[in-house]
Amino acid sequence: MTTTNTTHFVLSANINGEQRDFLADERDSLLEALRERAGIRGPKEGCNNGNCGACSVLIEGTLVNSCLVMAAECQGANITTVEGLASPEGLSPLQQCFLEEAALQCGICTPGFLIASTALLEENPHPTEEEARFWLAGNLCRCTGYDKIIRAVLKAADQKEA
Amino acid sequence: MQALKYARASSVDEAIKLLSDGGPNAKVLAGGTDIIVLARERRRKVELFVDIKHIDEAMQLTFDPGKGLIVGAATPLYKVYNDPNVVKHYTALAQSAHVIGGTAIQGRASLGGNLANSGPAGDSITAQMCLGGVAVIAGPNGRREVPIEDFCTGPGRNVLEANEFIVTLNFPAPVAHSASAWERFIPRNEMDIAVANSGVYLEMDGNTVVKARIALGAVGPKVFVVPVDSLVGKPLTDETIAAAGAAAKATATPIDDMRGSIKQRLHLSDILTQRTIRAAAERARA
Repeated sequence: MTTTNTTHFVLSANINGEQRDFLADERDSLLEALRERAGIRGPKEGCNNGNCGACSVLIEGTLVNSCLVMAAECQGANITTVEGLASPEGLSPLQQCFLEEAALQCGICTPGFLIASTALLEENPHPTEEEARFWLAGNLCRCTGYDKIIRAVLKAADQKEA
Repeated sequence: MQALKYARASSVDEAIKLLSDGGPNAKVLAGGTDIIVLARERRRKVELFVDIKHIDEAMQLTFDPGKGLIVGAATPLYKVYNDPNVVKHYTALAQSAHVIGGTAIQGRASLGGNLANSGPAGDSITAQMCLGGVAVIAGPNGRREVPIEDFCTGPGRNVLEANEFIVTLNFPAPVAHSASAWERFIPRNEMDIAVANSGVYLEMDGNTVVKARIALGAVGPKVFVVPVDSLVGKPLTDETIAAAGAAAKATATPIDDMRGSIKQRLHLSDILTQRTIRAAAERARA
């Protein structure tokens, strides 16, 4: 078996509102392309098999694990990472609630939780605690015990217009 | 990740050509939530991913009250369980799709992928099977239709031939006084693989069962249908429901593994079947 030549291509995608064109390899996951090719290191590699949610990003507003998406699938896509949540004026209301509720300790899961929670509040602006916990079941945190995270998410929901 | 190439198919014919030209290590890429992990961990040799998500037919969700439901093989699960017609008329499908993986998995994973993986515990397979679904398969020799109950042939094995892939999953039009229900047992509330799962479809005339289809998962080498002689043509009573549960248990051939024991799975085959029958009956009468 001869080794296939590595195949580079130009990935053109809108990332956090900015048009980006950069070289990636056809074997790259979206997570690898974001972190290692585009220098966007908010999405974290935890398990690299779809269990931990640390690599969560939005593609066209849909929550996905970027370790389970090939970069090549994202040609022309709109991608949002944690870097896209804050505005020049400051943190997003959800991020602010994470700070106020101390919803993080080591922080490695936080970008994933912020993205997943952002998607939740977009889909269901006023979730019950059970709905929030069910939605976030694919995001693992080994520090907080989850209660602080859920508190932060529900607080952000409460602050939204009814 | 092993070295591989990626190709985007924009039609069924193009996908078949890409698969044929790509050789045995060209693999269909739908949601990718399983195959990407398998490729990364080198448990599956992949030289080419053929992405079918840009084929309209494979991404559809079409409901016609007279014709039934067509779900594209690559249509993501969240679109399936968020569709009001699926929730109303194909409840088992919505219930199973809602608990496969977590939310981020459901953003990509598909019914076609779940079926093509042919896992013995495949959550949506029991639902697809109890609803009488048919897989529409395309390949170099044209199209063919295979009932879901005949699709899987063993753990991870199925009827797909080289260069064939599932294009859509078709489900019959809803019938009056019919309903389905699906349930699984896992030790936690989410993000787990079934110890056992059960899908039930019932058509009722008053309290009499006119038609029934029961499928069980994770209690045999593949998902399978259970005999329904104890139910069909009979009134739904505690006795007939218990008999159906016993029939399910008698058909199950589970194994011991880290998720559950043979004894537990036999018990679950009985209990889950009874529960889903009751849930489907309640909905059918409503």
